[in-house]
Amino acid sequence: MKYLHLSVAGLALAATAASAQVPTLTVYTYDSFASDWGPGPAVEAAFEQVCGCDLRFVTAGDGAALLARLRLEGARTEADVVVGLDTALMSAARDSGLFAASGVSADYALPVDWTDDTFVPFDWGWFAFVADRGVAAPASIEALAASDISIVIQDPRSSTPGLGLLMWVRAAYGDRASEVWTALSDNIVTVTPGWSEAYGLFLEGEADAVLSYTTSPAYHRIAEGDATKTAWAFAEGNYLQIEVAAKLGSTDQGELADRFLAFLVSDAVQSVIPTTNWMYPAVMPESGLPEGFDAADERPAVSLLLDPSEAESLRREAIEEWRAALSR
Amino acid sequence: MARRALSVSPLGRVGAALAVLICGLYLVAGLAVGVRAPSDSIARLTDGDWAALRFTVLQAVVSAGVSVALAVPVARALARRRFIGRGLLIALLGAPFVLPVIVAVLGLLSVFGRGGLINDALALVGMGPWSIYGLQGVVIGHVFFNLPLAVRFLLAGWQAIPAERFRLTEGLGGSVWHLLERPMLREVAPSAFAAIFLICLSSFAVALTLGGGPSATTIEVAIYQALRFEFDLQKAAVLAALQAALGIGGALVALRLSVGMVQGAGLDRPVLRQSGRVAGFVDGVVILAAAAFLVLPLGMVAAKGVAGLGDLPDGLPAAAIRSLCIALSVAVATPALALAIAARGGAAQGVAMALPLSVSGLVMGTGLFIAINPVIDPAVLALPVTALMNCLIALPFAIRVVAPALARAEQAYGPLADGLGLHGVARVRVLYLPRMRRALGFSAGLAGAMAVGDLGVIVLFAGQSQETLPLLMYRLMGAYRTTDAAAVALVLLVMSLSVFWVFDRGGRADAASG
Repeated sequence: MKYLHLSVAGLALAATAASAQVPTLTVYTYDSFASDWGPGPAVEAAFEQVCGCDLRFVTAGDGAALLARLRLEGARTEADVVVGLDTALMSAARDSGLFAASGVSADYALPVDWTDDTFVPFDWGWFAFVADRGVAAPASIEALAASDISIVIQDPRSSTPGLGLLMWVRAAYGDRASEVWTALSDNIVTVTPGWSEAYGLFLEGEADAVLSYTTSPAYHRIAEGDATKTAWAFAEGNYLQIEVAAKLGSTDQGELADRFLAFLVSDAVQSVIPTTNWMYPAVMPESGLPEGFDAADERPAVSLLLDPSEAESLRREAIEEWRAALSR
Repeated sequence: MARRALSVSPLGRVGAALAVLICGLYLVAGLAVGVRAPSDSIARLTDGDWAALRFTVLQAVVSAGVSVALAVPVARALARRRFIGRGLLIALLGAPFVLPVIVAVLGLLSVFGRGGLINDALALVGMGPWSIYGLQGVVIGHVFFNLPLAVRFLLAGWQAIPAERFRLTEGLGGSVWHLLERPMLREVAPSAFAAIFLICLSSFAVALTLGGGPSATTIEVAIYQALRFEFDLQKAAVLAALQAALGIGGALVALRLSVGMVQGAGLDRPVLRQSGRVAGFVDGVVILAAAAFLVLPLGMVAAKGVAGLGDLPDGLPAAAIRSLCIALSVAVATPALALAIAARGGAAQGVAMALPLSVSGLVMGTGLFIAINPVIDPAVLALPVTALMNCLIALPFAIRVVAPALARAEQAYGPLADGLGLHGVARVRVLYLPRMRRALGFSAGLAGAMAVGDLGVIVLFAGQSQETLPLLMYRLMGAYRTTDAAAVALVLLVMSLSVFWVFDRGGRADAASG
């Protein structure tokens, strides 16, 4: 029954913290943001130095899990800020009515114009197929479908990159999406529930390429000194994912939450994003991108992104179309 | 069954109360999800959902059938052979069942995958490549997970036949298969089938990953989609109810086919029999094949893990201690619950055996979250709730092991205990603990080992600093750190096996000396 003692000790600690009269800012974020190797520890230390507050992370599995949890908790939520929703979830997040405008903005280095007073972008990336440099890079999704390159993708019903690819095919090929999926079906080795499984399968050699991000090779180059991986930039463009943070309407720490959101797009946070979250920073840090972060051939010339409300209204139909094409 | 003739014992009353509590817990969680749903949206099942339903049932029936069918020769061979390392092999056989899904899948793929050993071998002789992905992959995956479980249930059946019976039957020139083994299998196999059918029914990652695409979608995927992306709680609740109904219905059909048979008491001698050379050779081949199928992928998992052992992640010791605490509490609580519920038997036992495996873990976790959240911060209860859920998930397996042992103890020594006035705690101490030590130890080990490897509801509840070993491993995998993740998987595998070994050994040590 040791865990019982542990949780009692936890309650006692929480009580001590509360009695010290320091305001607590509760930030909901996804697991890997708050993990030891993510941006979380650096963000927490730096913000606590200037805010005179206690920053507390509460985590859920991924962006979709975060939004689901916030919707379950409704106005009762303890969250003041959420970090880690993305462009695919923004429409549903906005419709939930849980979020409030913060008015925070910055000189964003995003491939698209950003004007939104509620959702603050903190990093972004292009979805891309990642492969060994030895595999001849196809020029487009259609060229990939025509080749005999094998790929692993994620299920759009349970994974953000999976849904991203669905929107990518839609944005690039419009009404021909179904046809493209049919052509792709013999390239797909398998469809996994999430990113981790797909990437694991790829590293095991189960497929030539995996659906991931253009920034994935940066991890191998910088953290592992392995320059054999690359990401394919396609002629029709690669689909964007922009990760956003927002203030909860129900917060009792509104001013502190606004300060945190502004802090999130400041250099202190943006400079650690590339090598902790392995995404592009939303605001270019003074020091620029780290050495080896991206290669010229890994930067797509065109960025695809459907309007969030359009993407939301397309989703159900696109999933059904995907399922039908791949079930044949 | 014979012991039902007795009036309900004090222990049985505890068991009945527990079953009511368990029922209540599932009802509260299910209602929490169903009632929270917006009432104006009528849950509509799409073509995809119906296709998922069909595939779910198909793969569960085939997976359970193949697992049990293959388990018969393996359990038979293990029951009648003694060799060096037999105990270790039986312990290792349990490993796939307790591993986190993704670890087991990656291990399996390193043997059966596109770049796996089998395709390497096929390439050498100019054949292949053979693809695992598809229904065959789903079945191979599920057999990998569940064959060990089936073997253990059947092995327990063989061990329950007193050695004297074998000798008597052989001595009289009778057929051991017809007189002893087939009746035993007709009792034990349907219940093993039912358990595996239920496990496969809620399969998510195995079915999707090894199934090769959306045609291998299970209901659990649709539930996940409804909960996470569509936030359609009503649909999730409807799908979960459908899944539970299928599970309970399927289990009832399987158990109807079960023919009860309680063996007479023997002197607990091991079933050691020497049959002819041909049978010996066949047994050897069967054991080797099963061992290769189950141990090779594990070996690959271990080999990958060794590379990362030099530089283990900082969070590992704390995560390991948390997982061990959960495992130990589950290992102690589960056999106790199983004993009480088996003492009540009947509907109480049926409920405790069917519900935990039939109800989607995701829906259950979400329901508990909704129920707990207004009262207390779910993160405070993350570890206790995880332990509780692990305990409930292990309960059906524990009861399957404990109930027959209890029936045997009662049949053989119940009247004597009644005559001596042994009731309540005294009966547990003097009769059940010594006579059922093996079953209790085995179920404690199994429950504890399962708890080490189960990701469970911790995902929904855990705060920043409450990760267990499986959660740490998933988080590492999700952050490119595959080497670290492989090392954590190895630690997890070793810890899980150790927990099983210690409890199972504890149960058997006494039986051997007694």
